[in-house]
Amino acid sequence: MPGDAIGARGDLRLTRITKSYGDFTAVDDLTLTIPKGSFFALLGPSGCGKTTTLRMVAGLEEPTVGSIHLGDTDITTTRPYQRPINTVFQNYALFPHLTIFENIAFGLRRRGIKDVKEQVDKVLTLVELPHLAERKPTQLSGGQQQRIALARAIVNRPALLLLDEPLGALDLKLRRQMQIELKWIQREVGLTFVHVTHDQEEAMTMADTIAVMNEGKIEQMGTPAHLYDNPQTAFVANFLGQSNLIKGKISGNDGDNLVIDLFGQKISMPKARSHAIDNSLYAGIRPEKFRITRTGSAARGNTLTGGRIEDVSYIGVSTQYVVAMPWGQELMVFEQNDDGVPPFNKGEEVVISWEPDFTFGLRGDEDIEAGTEVSPEEIQE
Amino acid sequence: MNTKIKDATIPTIAFQARLSRWFGRNLLRIYMIFGFTYLFIPVAYTFAFSFNDSGKSNLIWKGFTLDNWQNPCGAPQICDALGNSIKIGALATIFSTILGTLIAFAIGRYQFRGRSSSNLLIFLPMATPEIVLGASLLSLFLVFKINPGFWPTVIAHVVFCISFVVVTVKARIASLDPRLEQVAMDLYANELETFRRVTLPLVAPGIVGAALLAFSLSFDDFIITNFNSGTLITFPKFVYVAAARGIPAQANVIGSAMFFLALALVIAGQIVNRKKTR
Amino acid sequence: MSITVPKVRVPYLLLFPGFAFLFTFFILPIFNLAQTSTQSPIVGGDTAQYEQTFAFSNYINAFVENREQFGRSFVYATLATIFALAISYPLAYAIAFKSGKFKNILLVLVVAPFFTSFLLRTIAWKQILGEEGFLVPTLRNLHLLGQQTTITSTSVAVVAGMTYNFLPFMTLPLYASLERIDPRTIEASGDLYANAITTFRRVTLPLSLPGVVAGTLLTFIPAAGDYVNAAILGSPNTKMIGNVIESRYFKIVDYPTAAALSFTLMVAILILVTLYIRKAGTEELV
Repeated sequence: MPGDAIGARGDLRLTRITKSYGDFTAVDDLTLTIPKGSFFALLGPSGCGKTTTLRMVAGLEEPTVGSIHLGDTDITTTRPYQRPINTVFQNYALFPHLTIFENIAFGLRRRGIKDVKEQVDKVLTLVELPHLAERKPTQLSGGQQQRIALARAIVNRPALLLLDEPLGALDLKLRRQMQIELKWIQREVGLTFVHVTHDQEEAMTMADTIAVMNEGKIEQMGTPAHLYDNPQTAFVANFLGQSNLIKGKISGNDGDNLVIDLFGQKISMPKARSHAIDNSLYAGIRPEKFRITRTGSAARGNTLTGGRIEDVSYIGVSTQYVVAMPWGQELMVFEQNDDGVPPFNKGEEVVISWEPDFTFGLRGDEDIEAGTEVSPEEIQE
Repeated sequence: MNTKIKDATIPTIAFQARLSRWFGRNLLRIYMIFGFTYLFIPVAYTFAFSFNDSGKSNLIWKGFTLDNWQNPCGAPQICDALGNSIKIGALATIFSTILGTLIAFAIGRYQFRGRSSSNLLIFLPMATPEIVLGASLLSLFLVFKINPGFWPTVIAHVVFCISFVVVTVKARIASLDPRLEQVAMDLYANELETFRRVTLPLVAPGIVGAALLAFSLSFDDFIITNFNSGTLITFPKFVYVAAARGIPAQANVIGSAMFFLALALVIAGQIVNRKKTR
Repeated sequence: MSITVPKVRVPYLLLFPGFAFLFTFFILPIFNLAQTSTQSPIVGGDTAQYEQTFAFSNYINAFVENREQFGRSFVYATLATIFALAISYPLAYAIAFKSGKFKNILLVLVVAPFFTSFLLRTIAWKQILGEEGFLVPTLRNLHLLGQQTTITSTSVAVVAGMTYNFLPFMTLPLYASLERIDPRTIEASGDLYANAITTFRRVTLPLSLPGVVAGTLLTFIPAAGDYVNAAILGSPNTKMIGNVIESRYFKIVDYPTAAALSFTLMVAILILVTLYIRKAGTEELV
């Protein structure tokens, strides 16, 4: 039996982790390193295996195959109470029979610390709720309970703090506020945070590094900007924001650029941004990178002609257009409302253009619907 | 003329409408009052006649006296009967609560082979009429040449109390958030500490409730007791036997006292609970 | 892990003491009862001496001799259950939805009469409704009751007594399932064009069905086997099967017949209960 790992510190390394329940594989051969001190987000739709991964790190589940290391210590089968890892659970799970003070002191007392008052008071001040020490959890609002759940975990100064959809039960405004506070607290206490969420906006706001998970595997990992700017798979392209994916063929080279044939119209894109493995690929362009001009007027960069405005939605800061292309595809275009009134009307003939450097290339055999069926905002776990 | 008629009728209609609306809104409350009155008539009667200066038979009101309350053991055997009932009740409560709670944890907390047949075994004693439970146990005791009496009665009471304990505690366990135990483990509490600090305190109200239920079922039981107690007199048996020749007013005193005691206990429990959650 | 017991064995270890007890003092007695039920008196032996002869005719004799009491037990128990449901449902509903902060106090009051011995309360009814009470003479003076008519010693009194005594067994499970209903579902039903009656029939009642099933079972089962109410409030004409079993055991000392009757009663109730649970479709009763 592995012993106590309370003293372990360092990077968290998951090596070839698989977790199966009967025929169902929740996590599939996952390898991942989370550097010490980072704010790391595991992002994905419900059922993608992110919570299972978190529970294995916490010690609440054991991997079927693979190992988990914290620094140099193997913690794969260490009991949850022997790991220097604490969790902020979804819906908080505060002990209803204990006061707020005793909830926070719980972990300290279990580790045999006698004088807990100073530490509990300090962490209560950190989450700005020192006046609630003697209350019971049921007397607190959702936002307050969330902060207490956080305080109860960080008071132990764990090597790793796991957050399982911690903001899911809060309303939008409170969630925004807590996102900023969580980030601030992470910097303040300098712990490694691993945050599990299905909310791409939340992950992008808070994390330094995001790993996008789908069907038990990591699709792509990187900074929020990198993932958004250069997604490697259709799933990432669709799950993080929206993408237009147009089927095409690589028809030639032009220096550092590739020449792509999109239904007979030629465009170019940087070679480095293509993840295609053969000649077929999908050219991906984010809707806000598109520009619309009237047919006949000058357009810069890549252009696609023959579009017709199908639908116009005015939403304040921008206007969203649906543009029908000659090959039957409908493209999404977001235009900033720099000059007020929407300049294009339904039915107008237009040209779409964008800077070649904004294009990303996906493998031609991808399912371009991946990651769109599940709107991340709608998932209730 | 016209206006006069209007003046006279409008308030009447309004009054009737208001009255029927009032009834509609308060129908359930009125019903509740009737329901509770029905429940409490015999209790009130028993209490009132505990003050009857009755002599031997407490049938007709003969005058007010406090004698019965000052001397509750005045009737022959009555306090022995009460003592037996309390002893049997206490023992049956302790055994059935321990055995039942263990079963409730097994069924409520684990998935295992034979779980549904376990549920059936718990349900069966509840689906068996008391007279069958009592009679079958008596037959068993007779086969093994065990004389009915104190311990056979305790055993019989444990048999029918266990199921009620299991059901009560299981309900409490089912309403428990399983993540709370995971949180405890996450916060450095090992299995034993988790049970002691989190599981047990959270299930405790269910266990206390089950114990109270077991005691009241045991204390008030007549049918099963009658089969298995032999010559031992319990309080319900005393009342039943006395009913033929007239119940002494002391029985009313004890019945009423138990009622108020139980009420006070439950209300005290409520107050303590409320203080705890504050 | 410091505990050396393999995890799979934990539930069995927890079950063991209680189940060992139930096997010894519940299952075994039932088997023994079945065995006794087919015995016959030893020829030339003392009273209360029997031997196993597999006399299944005991069952037929016992049933034929007492079919009236059997019928009565089930009719009385059914009536008492229906009345208890009719009285308890609105009561439980009112406590669950209309009592505000008095909820806990009212709930305590439902259970409170339990603590005055049920025998005392039954005898109190007998005296209130009896010849010497004030109710019967008053009703007679008002000519609401015939001069010869009585309330006690009738089947009405027995059913009323059973209804009264098992009322809390009905009210508590009903309350428990009504209390779990989210009041918003009732509001939603009203919002979706259902009037009060439709709302009750389509929303409240189906959602409280587990409570109805549990309550009716907890009332019917003890009522069918009861003999105390019939003994105190009834007459020889209202004897139930419980009275017969009791007198076979204690007065006539005819164990085989008593056992056959008990066994028949238990099996009849089990069959009825199984059919009822199937029909009601709530398997998760226990």
